[in-house]
Amino acid sequence: MNPRRALFAAFVAASVIVTACGGAGTGGASPSVSRPAVTVGSTNFYEQLTLGELYKQILEANGYKVTPKFNLGNREIVYPALKSGQIDIQADYLATLLAFVDKDGKIAKPTTDKNETLTGLKKAIDADGLTVLDAADATDQNGFVVTKDTATAKNLKKISDLASVASTMVLGGPPECPQRPFCLIGLKNTYGLTFKEFKPLDAGGPLTVTALEGKQIDVGLLFTSDPSIVAKSFVLLDDDKHLQLADNIAPIVRKDLLSKDDGTITKLLNSISAKLTQAELNDMNKQVAVDKADSKVVAAAWLKKQGLIK
Amino acid sequence: MSLLGDVARWFADPAHWQGPQGIPARVLEHLEYSGVAIALALLIALPVALYLGHTGRGGFVAINVANIGRALPSFALLGFGLLIAIPLGLGLGFWPTMFALVPLAIPPIVTNTFVAIREVDRDVVDAARGMGLAEGQILRSIEIPLGLPLILAGLRTAAVNVVATATLGAVVAGGALGRFIVDGFALREFDQLVAGGILVALLAIVTEATFSVLERASRSPGMAAIR
Repeated sequence: MNPRRALFAAFVAASVIVTACGGAGTGGASPSVSRPAVTVGSTNFYEQLTLGELYKQILEANGYKVTPKFNLGNREIVYPALKSGQIDIQADYLATLLAFVDKDGKIAKPTTDKNETLTGLKKAIDADGLTVLDAADATDQNGFVVTKDTATAKNLKKISDLASVASTMVLGGPPECPQRPFCLIGLKNTYGLTFKEFKPLDAGGPLTVTALEGKQIDVGLLFTSDPSIVAKSFVLLDDDKHLQLADNIAPIVRKDLLSKDDGTITKLLNSISAKLTQAELNDMNKQVAVDKADSKVVAAAWLKKQGLIK
Repeated sequence: MSLLGDVARWFADPAHWQGPQGIPARVLEHLEYSGVAIALALLIALPVALYLGHTGRGGFVAINVANIGRALPSFALLGFGLLIAIPLGLGLGFWPTMFALVPLAIPPIVTNTFVAIREVDRDVVDAARGMGLAEGQILRSIEIPLGLPLILAGLRTAAVNVVATATLGAVVAGGALGRFIVDGFALREFDQLVAGGILVALLAIVTEATFSVLERASRSPGMAAIR
């Protein structure tokens, strides 16, 4: 899409949203139900903007008045904003947020299990007046990828498939990988993999992508929601033995907002998590980060495709 | 102060002196990276500079073109080198690093060689020509020997720059002493990082000293007597 058309599409989408809000206010939704005002926040990278748009648009389509406060900064800024009520909802990553809130693991420690980590996180943020709703299958964590050619030639779908071929393969990742439990040490201990060689590159950055594409490495460490996985047709190997901590995406919500609501917010946000698979998230990330599409437009199209908004 | 202690302990650890990732292996790799880069730069720069110096033509242009090498950031050249080296099948590490190092080494070699040849006393050159020496003979037996200290001074500058910059190779999965710096940074092991920096600095000083000795030794005895 050329920039002018993208801008036009964004404008159309924005006007539709504005019109829809106006309509809802004058009696679109049932008048007997109160709809609390909601502020949706996000941190400052493309995936977070798209997730924020998803939450914002599904709520607006159901008669909520939503104020977006996107691009606020990193978690050090966004979490206090959530705690103090400057924002009500934000998408976050279970294990990383749990480790951020409960640094010493006094209340709970993140594990590789999604439900266990979610329960732990719920306990850890309860005192801050927050709760976490259902988590999606989609994650943003360390992932091991191969090119499509390699995956086809060696019949690779999951990390454990590497067992018979790892000794002939070169792994590329950040320089700290050989000494990290979620990288080379974990691959050895959890999966029993020993690679022919390790090439120190960058942490899921352009160097790893270039090296993988140029066949200088066979397996590369990228983040699971990296847009280049879709853009370069890489194959993300499934972490079938659960080496990585559960960094599934879930809505973090203020409890006082939910108490003013009739359960619709919970239902709506959970309906997004239910459909947000890794492939769906990566496809949206690629549209925003590689094709430079507007996250508003991408989010609206996805919600429509999933039948979550009309 | 505790960091200095950590660095001293890092150097004292015998594990850091052994194997393919030990200090001696990394120093040798560093010398290999630097040596090949200097050799390539000499191969490109020396014939051009000697010819221009001898004929006295186009020197201004040559020096200015060579100086572009000084203006281009090595880090950008490294990225550029990576994009060229991978499709050519040259791989990561060594060759992309050459793309960053060779342009860095060329300017001092060109400038110094050109000036060295130009500055040879014209009376001496004219006398040689009068005695019937061919142009090639004049260059080989008059101009180069007399200009050698200045040519070597250019080589020294190039070598010190290259030794200090060869650390970049580690960014693109190369070896050499940069490995200690890049890995130390990634692992937050600042003792390793500082130790790597110290090793690179020492190697640069040794390079400088070696070329200074060569420079002094290369001075023609006749010229030394005049000075």
